[in-house]
Amino acid sequence: MKRYSALELIRQGLGGHRGWDRVWRKPEPKPSYDAVIIGGGGHGLATAYYLAKLHGMTNIAVVEKGWIGGGNSGRNTTIIRSNYLFDESAAIYNHALNLWKGLGQELNFNIMMSHRGVLNLAHDEGEMRQLKRRVEANRLNGVDSEWLDAKEVKNFCPSINISGDIRYPVLGGTLQRSGGVNRHDGVVWGYARAADALGVDILQQTEVTGILTEAGEVTGIETTRGTIRTPKVASVTAGHTSVMANMLDIRLPVESHPLQALVSEPIKPILNCVVMSNAVHVYCSQSDKGELVIGAGIDAQLSYTQRGNLDIIEHQMASLMELFPIFSRLRMMRQWGGIVDVCPDASPIISKTPVKGFYVNGGWGTGGWKATPGSGHVFADLIAKDEPNRIAAPFAIDRFTTGALVAEHGAAAVAH
Amino acid sequence: MFVIDCPNCGPRDQSEFTYAGEAHIARPTETENMTDAEWAEFVFMRTNTKGLFAERWWHATGCRKFFNMLRNTATDEIHAVYRIGETPPKVTANLPATPAGEASIGSGNDAVKIMTRDEEAAS
Repeated sequence: MKRYSALELIRQGLGGHRGWDRVWRKPEPKPSYDAVIIGGGGHGLATAYYLAKLHGMTNIAVVEKGWIGGGNSGRNTTIIRSNYLFDESAAIYNHALNLWKGLGQELNFNIMMSHRGVLNLAHDEGEMRQLKRRVEANRLNGVDSEWLDAKEVKNFCPSINISGDIRYPVLGGTLQRSGGVNRHDGVVWGYARAADALGVDILQQTEVTGILTEAGEVTGIETTRGTIRTPKVASVTAGHTSVMANMLDIRLPVESHPLQALVSEPIKPILNCVVMSNAVHVYCSQSDKGELVIGAGIDAQLSYTQRGNLDIIEHQMASLMELFPIFSRLRMMRQWGGIVDVCPDASPIISKTPVKGFYVNGGWGTGGWKATPGSGHVFADLIAKDEPNRIAAPFAIDRFTTGALVAEHGAAAVAH
Repeated sequence: MFVIDCPNCGPRDQSEFTYAGEAHIARPTETENMTDAEWAEFVFMRTNTKGLFAERWWHATGCRKFFNMLRNTATDEIHAVYRIGETPPKVTANLPATPAGEASIGSGNDAVKIMTRDEEAAS
């Protein structure tokens, strides 16, 4: 892999930029691999990268039915934070946050990581108490978190409306200064390039149509480009987790819903941090291009269409107007939906399954992006060793039988 | 946005309705003999079908009655509305050719749609 650097940019510039390598190869599928990862999103490519880099498993493939990063990796609002309430969640999301900090350097790819701070607003007494509790829980877990009163919120984020006249006035909020946003394509391409350089085959436009087993063990997959033999299959397919598990008659506690987002026309810098409000129900940040990136809750119905309903967006816009009347004349440019698979306890599934050699990473619901490096890191560990590590263990499927749920609905940025 | 044909009130905007999840999950009897795994199956496990799916809706701002609906979750087409206790009617739906594929209309997945066009051009 040719390293990207300022010097290399100048050198290639002098040559008319004709000497750059392809960022990743376009290989033909081999007849067999040591492991196959289904799903070429951020989580899947991160899993492949860490499998190759940390566990020496370089004879592996990532299969993707569309193009890499074309699913939820390309459809989320890229918000990074780790201020979750419970120990189990703090462990995995903070693990991810720590990896985010050095990821651009590690991958030698500009992921445009911006630790600009994430505000979670409180609009009533109950929410204030709950968020203050979360600040203390976060601090005990080593997650950076602090409480700001309304004036301090206004100082940190001057464009916000803290007037007492609105229906749900801003009473205060929590701030995670290490939180922020990054560039989704940069992360996907960075992981893909680094994994490819370690020998991982990235097979795009290759759809899995079946998973082969013998005597309760995985032996391979059927794809639209032929059969691939492998003893280990790892599903990292976000909204389609149930579809993959159904191929092996494994029942999962997830439901897939559309989650919509939209962006405004680009404007000059006005919003310096990420603002999230559970009660008023919207989250918003400004991209480096100047567009406001806005999201809120899921559509209630189960769907795989990657489209949602207009009333959800109307509600989202009304909420944004309440917090930022200054945005009232902005036009919205694009709107889209992704399919998120939501677990009953709003925590992910990172687990072995009853079928030996079949692993599931999914159920991230509405908050998977922030976990990308941490999720890939611990999932690679699980696939390589066939045992979950300390961070992954609480997220096994059997928690729905034992009752040891990690109920994180309260820490979702907005209610779903 | 959906227009849902409520069996009691007629066609209304979806925003009047509340989604109530997968239909035809019967509450178990003899619960005192159930294992934890059986409880998990009843309480948590869901079919999460991509394709023709029977689900419950509640007309929250209308008649306030529950009813069942048959919808294609790969296209969002509504195929039938029927009352609680009735069996779902037989319908034909536009289903994806493969388990994870996309139907010919109704999908917002451009990555897969473009692949299909390329394939068409090549064939």
